[in-house]
Amino acid sequence: MSRRYDSRTTIFSPEGRLYQVEYALEAISHAGTAIGILATDGIVLAAERKVTSKLLEQDSSAEKLYILNDNMICAVAGMTADANILINYARQTAQNYLRTYDEEIPCEQLVKRLCDLKQGYTQHGGLRPFGVSFIYAGYDSLRNFQLYLSNPSGNYGGWKATSAGANNASAQSLLKQDYKEDCNLEEACETAVKVLSRTMDSTTLSSEKLEFATVGHRNGKIYLNIWSAEEIDALLKKHGLGKEEKSSDE
Amino acid sequence: MCRRKLSTGVLLPSSKFFVQGFSPKETLSRIAQPPLDVLLGIRGKDFVLIATSKAFLHGITVVKDTDDKTRALNDHTLLAFSGEAGDTIQFAEFIQANTQLYTMRHSYDLPVSSVASFVRSELASSLRSRHPYTVNMLIGGYDAKKEQPELYWLDYLASSAEIPYAAHGYAQYYCLSILDAHYKKGMGVDEVVGLMKDCHAELKRRMPIDFKGLQVKLVNKDGISELEGF
Repeated sequence: MSRRYDSRTTIFSPEGRLYQVEYALEAISHAGTAIGILATDGIVLAAERKVTSKLLEQDSSAEKLYILNDNMICAVAGMTADANILINYARQTAQNYLRTYDEEIPCEQLVKRLCDLKQGYTQHGGLRPFGVSFIYAGYDSLRNFQLYLSNPSGNYGGWKATSAGANNASAQSLLKQDYKEDCNLEEACETAVKVLSRTMDSTTLSSEKLEFATVGHRNGKIYLNIWSAEEIDALLKKHGLGKEEKSSDE
Repeated sequence: MCRRKLSTGVLLPSSKFFVQGFSPKETLSRIAQPPLDVLLGIRGKDFVLIATSKAFLHGITVVKDTDDKTRALNDHTLLAFSGEAGDTIQFAEFIQANTQLYTMRHSYDLPVSSVASFVRSELASSLRSRHPYTVNMLIGGYDAKKEQPELYWLDYLASSAEIPYAAHGYAQYYCLSILDAHYKKGMGVDEVVGLMKDCHAELKRRMPIDFKGLQVKLVNKDGISELEGF
């Protein structure tokens, strides 16, 4: 008899659960996997892009990785349409903070602001919660490189390595096995491709199915990089996970 | 017809000219009281010295001779203010409450540059409201992360600048020339206190009113402390 309790987010079930929030989490666990790994000198985010149709115009831009401000990026797992609303809100919040305080917003504050918004939809309104989990990667002078994960309930936490989306339980246990404390960004990228290659359904990986982004520092400055297809293919090739190159005499 | 009292005390009939925008008279007389209050700030090697006059003036009448025209915003940031009576304390304590709220919420102090930027943005939006605050300020602080002192000069039109030495009111006309001549980069506490005493002596000699002496506060990495002997 869950019918009475799952149509509105604001109502607890007799077992003390919020069904709409659980359904939102369920929706996310069908979305493409996204993982994030914290390294000593940066952070890597990687996401699985589900190729829906060969006829679909392949947009070169990333679908699941977004730049939030000059020192923060995020990966999306869940409904892209919902994510767009939240990303827009995050960007606006970050710029507002910059305008008021003449300083980039500290990472945790931005995550907190987004989670406050997400939490609101689990409590009032009769509207459904946002069906997205985010993995945030950022840098601030207070706490250096940071990795966060947030979900539709409005909870968030800081992680060394984390995952969201389909197969996130197996991705999480692979990360637990493979994660090395004090790894550098290059090693983190390697771990990321290896974990994704084992959690993704498809056998061959390519830049069409993967998205990569990194935060790091170069010459004392923070840079954000959403990788181009060439960069992703080069990484896959380096670790022997790319497509077999067709021989020219065929 | 509705009449509007200007801060000069002149009654003028209201016209559409006053509904929006400035009248020439209004711009000039935003601060009803002549800026007789003294605000001085000098940035030294690893500290900022801020001096404010102790007289609380009402027109030319001295109401009090132990007035404190400063508020501590957090452990290492001091705000000194002058301007329209009432506005000053209201605005200063609003800023103080908000910086303290920030510290409480995020368990970290806003750096001096961010406080100055926040004050400027509040003042800028106030300026464009129906009842703007007319407050001039100096913000002195020590940035523990950058390990350097900072001094900001802000006026009621929401200008803001980080400068080595600063003054507000009539004190500017008497002290800036002294500071121009004698300020050096990287001065120690004793040197800056000496310079401040020179400014004090000049004000006493030249200013036609008794501002009841200066209250002088030092802001450095250890926090805010008051200096005696002025």
